[in-house]
Amino acid sequence: MADLKIRKLRKVFDGLEIIKGVDLDINDHEFVVFVGPSGCGKSTLLRLIAGLEEVTSGTISLDGRDITDVTPAKRDLAMVFQTYALYPHMSVRKNMSFALDLAGIDKSEVEAKVQDAARILELGHLLERKPKALSGGQRQRVAIGRAIVRNPKVFLFDEPLSNLDAALRVQMRLELARLHHDLNATMIYVTHDQVEAMTLADKVVVLNGGRIEQVGSPMALYHNPVNQFVAGFIGTPKMGFLDARVISTDPHSVTIELAAGTRLQLPISGARVSAGNKVTLGIRPEHIEVVKASESAFQVEMDVTEHLGSDTFCYVRTSSGETLTVRAPGDFTGEFGQRVGLALDLNHCHLFDESGLTIPKLNQRAA
Amino acid sequence: MNTTSLDSRTTQQPEDKARQGGVSRYENRLRLATVSPSVLLLLVWMIVPLAMTIYFSTIRYNLLYPGENDFVGLENFYYFITDAGFLAGAANTLILVGSVLLISVVLGVLISVLVDIDFWGRGLVRVMLISPFFIMPTVSALVWKNLLLHPVSGIFAAIWRFFGATPVDWFTHYPMFSIIMIVSWQWLPFAILILMTAMQSLDQEQKDAARLDGAGPLAIFWHITLPHLSRPIAVVVMIETIFLLSVFAEIYTTTSGGPGYETTNLAYLIYNQALLQFDVGMASAGGLIAVVIANIAAFVLIRLIGKNLTDKAS
Repeated sequence: MADLKIRKLRKVFDGLEIIKGVDLDINDHEFVVFVGPSGCGKSTLLRLIAGLEEVTSGTISLDGRDITDVTPAKRDLAMVFQTYALYPHMSVRKNMSFALDLAGIDKSEVEAKVQDAARILELGHLLERKPKALSGGQRQRVAIGRAIVRNPKVFLFDEPLSNLDAALRVQMRLELARLHHDLNATMIYVTHDQVEAMTLADKVVVLNGGRIEQVGSPMALYHNPVNQFVAGFIGTPKMGFLDARVISTDPHSVTIELAAGTRLQLPISGARVSAGNKVTLGIRPEHIEVVKASESAFQVEMDVTEHLGSDTFCYVRTSSGETLTVRAPGDFTGEFGQRVGLALDLNHCHLFDESGLTIPKLNQRAA
Repeated sequence: MNTTSLDSRTTQQPEDKARQGGVSRYENRLRLATVSPSVLLLLVWMIVPLAMTIYFSTIRYNLLYPGENDFVGLENFYYFITDAGFLAGAANTLILVGSVLLISVVLGVLISVLVDIDFWGRGLVRVMLISPFFIMPTVSALVWKNLLLHPVSGIFAAIWRFFGATPVDWFTHYPMFSIIMIVSWQWLPFAILILMTAMQSLDQEQKDAARLDGAGPLAIFWHITLPHLSRPIAVVVMIETIFLLSVFAEIYTTTSGGPGYETTNLAYLIYNQALLQFDVGMASAGGLIAVVIANIAAFVLIRLIGKNLTDKAS
């Protein structure tokens, strides 16, 4: 069992509030990812859970046991660091057995656990090597092995893949997902890379400025972001935002006029807004289609196009000077300066009020 | 510097050997011509004094008896080694080097770990810890002799009197201990300087990881900090050994090697032969013996510590 409960957690560094009151429940076997821009407090939150930083106020409890003031080693947690933090003068075997040796566990039992972890991570042939003789991916696996041998209730990962090159990162990401499945363990994972968050997580926690913006499954965050920040943070390329004004409302739709002059009727409840309100329209690149200029009232000018082979990302400029990104098929050909029309998928349009909160859609997708 | 950069250039392009036949002979000559002045100068700089020392060590050469410079073979060496001062000098050199090394490494590690903790005024404390290193040996020895250890006017004597004890005449009763104190005071800052900077490169995440692994402060010191400091400690031991073998000013200004031979080390013994007894021949022999001893020490040290130094660098 591993149920982690965080209540009203705050952390102040030299008068600067880094974590501004966080409440979070993490359930057994869950893979939870903390994601957010640099300096949002996600690493601090992880270090607070690990006990490496002192809590200013609030509580952390694991399976009903209050661990707020318990020393790091006695919390039943293990952590994998960004720089791996392997002990450079110890062999791989000694690195993995260090915690068990310190705890005074029987030699044969330690050996069995190290062998077990080495087998899971395919490190068997490297046990006598020193960390400096290993590649980045191997060091990462040793760091994970060091966590596994302790058989902790919760694994903590602090941006573990950010020091690896792109190809290795994808491979390690898959290995982590498999490891989570094999160990059936509770894992908390910090990253600034939202692709890692989307692919690995059962539950994503989006942090911004020391506060939780939204907690939910990756699909819930993708389809139903609670505000403009989450909408813009999740998804690549980013969601495009256009300024708009409400023209009229009724219970089942909202009609808006974009700054570019186009009018759209969206299937969004009109209860929260009224005519004349300033709003922001959010639309993801994959929910826009490029059509002939004559086929759409919403006309834009092509800017740069990026051909990725599978997709083409077109950056377009509206007549009001705003930019949008459009995801077009891989064989799309568009010329710089060409005038084209855009067809927006109205079911996937998001509307945000002036404070950035989402105006709820009529048919919220089940995530 | 120039030669190494040229060398690396040639090793980088071994494939165009064909071209090297014509051009590189000229290039080689050019290299030789440009490098040779400095090499020659260095060679002369080293060879001439060495040759003269070897020559002097094999002749009778006492300034009190001019003109009697006959060849005597190894007689000078024989007399230097069988001199009453030689064994004492060799032993004193070992004791002095060993004790100062022990004190500066042990205290140096402890103090560096201590000042690695953040506290108010740490910058000032660090500067003050290092400052004794910048004081000339003669000056610091005089300060110790006249202001600190003097049995009448010294601060130590004042403290002793304050507690009602009889002041100690340090240089008479504990001469070697006093010299060790002074030299340690000078060389401890060097150890602190090296180890303190090394502490700053200790990865914070390693300590965090050790804390999570259940290591207390002592275990972190033993398993993380000390292994991290092993290389800088090796550097401190090697450099200090080289300089401590030739400690002279501190002995000259305080005890003049006495009482008896109690604080005479090899450097002081050679000085004694050459400039107090005017026996240049014997002093040269002593100098050569000291060179041999220093080389043995360097060889042993490099075997012991240097191996792990180059090992880790690769």
